[in-house]
Amino acid sequence: MTLARPHKLLLPFFIIMGLFFVLPLGLGLIYSFLKAAPYGGVIWEFSWEGYKRFFFVPDLSGVPVFDTGYLEIIFSSVKLAVITTILCVFIGFPTAWYMATRPPKQRDLWIVLVTIPFWTNLLIRTYAWILILRNDGLANTILGKAGLIDAPLQLLYNEFAVTLGLVYSYLPFMILPIYATLERMDWRLIEASEDLYANKARTLWHIILPLCLPGILAGSVLVFIPAIGSFLAADMLGGSKQMMLGNLIERQFFSSRNWPFGAAISVVVMGTVLFGLMLIAKRGQGIKDALR
Amino acid sequence: MSDCLVIESVTKTFAHTDAPVKAVDDLSLNIRENEFFTLLGPSGCGKTTLLRLIAGLEKTSTGRILLSGDDITSLPPNRRPVNTVFQNYALFPHMTVAENIGFGLKMLGRPDTEIATAVTDALKTIRLEQLGTRKPGELSGGQQQRVALARALVNRPRVLLLDESLSALDYKLRKDMQIELKRLQRETGVTFVFVTHDQDEALSMSDRIAVMHKGRIAQLGTPQEIYHQPASRFVADFIGICNFVNGGIFGLSETQDVGFRPEDAQLNNRTHKDGDLQAHGRLTHITYHGATTHFQITLSSGEKVTLAPHTAPDLTPDSEITFSVPADRLIRCAP
Repeated sequence: MTLARPHKLLLPFFIIMGLFFVLPLGLGLIYSFLKAAPYGGVIWEFSWEGYKRFFFVPDLSGVPVFDTGYLEIIFSSVKLAVITTILCVFIGFPTAWYMATRPPKQRDLWIVLVTIPFWTNLLIRTYAWILILRNDGLANTILGKAGLIDAPLQLLYNEFAVTLGLVYSYLPFMILPIYATLERMDWRLIEASEDLYANKARTLWHIILPLCLPGILAGSVLVFIPAIGSFLAADMLGGSKQMMLGNLIERQFFSSRNWPFGAAISVVVMGTVLFGLMLIAKRGQGIKDALR
Repeated sequence: MSDCLVIESVTKTFAHTDAPVKAVDDLSLNIRENEFFTLLGPSGCGKTTLLRLIAGLEKTSTGRILLSGDDITSLPPNRRPVNTVFQNYALFPHMTVAENIGFGLKMLGRPDTEIATAVTDALKTIRLEQLGTRKPGELSGGQQQRVALARALVNRPRVLLLDESLSALDYKLRKDMQIELKRLQRETGVTFVFVTHDQDEALSMSDRIAVMHKGRIAQLGTPQEIYHQPASRFVADFIGICNFVNGGIFGLSETQDVGFRPEDAQLNNRTHKDGDLQAHGRLTHITYHGATTHFQITLSSGEKVTLAPHTAPDLTPDSEITFSVPADRLIRCAP
């Protein structure tokens, strides 16, 4: 098949996406239906084993029993990602609002400030949180010196720390899309709303939020997807107790050496996220229609 | 007629970068009940700022604003029984036309049935009964304009503020909307405060006009007073074309300039009445405007005037002509 001239422009894109996106994804899908080799890798033989492991755990006598352990990890990961997304909306919206209401010159400065964390590797930034949160860390030292606490608070190695780490990592992805919609918003609509007897709260609810919904949805997608697959925050800030999907998958490929199982979890997660995205996309299209 | 809106020595200063700007400067004004009142002036004269002060969208620096005797100076916009038709209409893009119109009543906490009836009536008034379920983006400019008008009027405000509301429409539509606005104002009996820089619009629609200049009122009066007895040269120049020449041209005192409107002049008038003032000049240009023809005359003093007589004789450029102006049409005002 020969490509029409304009389509040739897409060739570099197809090569990159084919090599680094479709190929690994396909491999993952194939691996999830293979048998695990004892020391990592796969045996090229069809098997449902990877998916079975997900729902059934062999008991002492080796008989598979239905087990919700892994489902719980999925559930808690989704829960953590949802909480992260919601917190990001509540922190990101006022921040974006503040930014968008500054004079134009200051706004550019704020955008730079919001993106500054990306200049440093996430691993290092997450490690910095350990230094802040640990028992003799910055937070406890300040609270102790201020006389607010007698004994150090356990801030690290719990769900709080993981959530904090996730919110911290992905907050800019929420702020920037909301900022983009706010910056484009017609501020005279707010004046019109106030002129038509709406107070500040009702203007926010009836006018500003509906007009910002595309930005909030875009931000939510950008936060939720990496958050659900994140393993760094859980690994470093959650200790051994906090297991997220990302950690579970990572563990299958490295310490457990069960590649098909790891691949199967990835496929299940991907399916779940895709389904969620389709729902959002449908809603998003509805909003776009509404704003037309 | 009683005063509906009283503006008492209101000043609005914008603290811009280095030099503060007085957009409205110690301005006082009484607007009567059921009046079609126009704030007319060039851009930057403070007319829109004054309108926004009345709406509550800007805070006064000093002075008071009274509405039916109540001091509303410190009330936020949502607590003033005043509605605005914005220059760009500012219709809510995510709501239907009906939701837009009903928004004010909804915020006032009126029952749904009452809102539905009011919205239906309002749609009928603006002759858009069929379009209640459309989104503003699907309407033409003129239709959006009418929706914006209905959205404000449906609340029966004490005062309706219109901010250059017709300037975005094309000529024909603007003429239609002018008539429509007048009709709505008569039917509803609401006091209209209309901001415009278009003198034609102001003259044809207003009961009274305030011509604004540099944050102050240059002249307040009926359209006839403003047009025929302008209080200053600025007003005379801003409202229509006005020729100002040295009085000596007409055999009057040379120490004072006098003005006259182009259409008050008569060309080569042999049967001029006593009291008409005559002058001579050389015809330099003829420009045809359809309804009128403008004759550019250079006087012996070198001054140039424009004449637009009701009856235009056949003339060729570069001919010497005589023209006359009735004495009672002469404009004598402060420079």
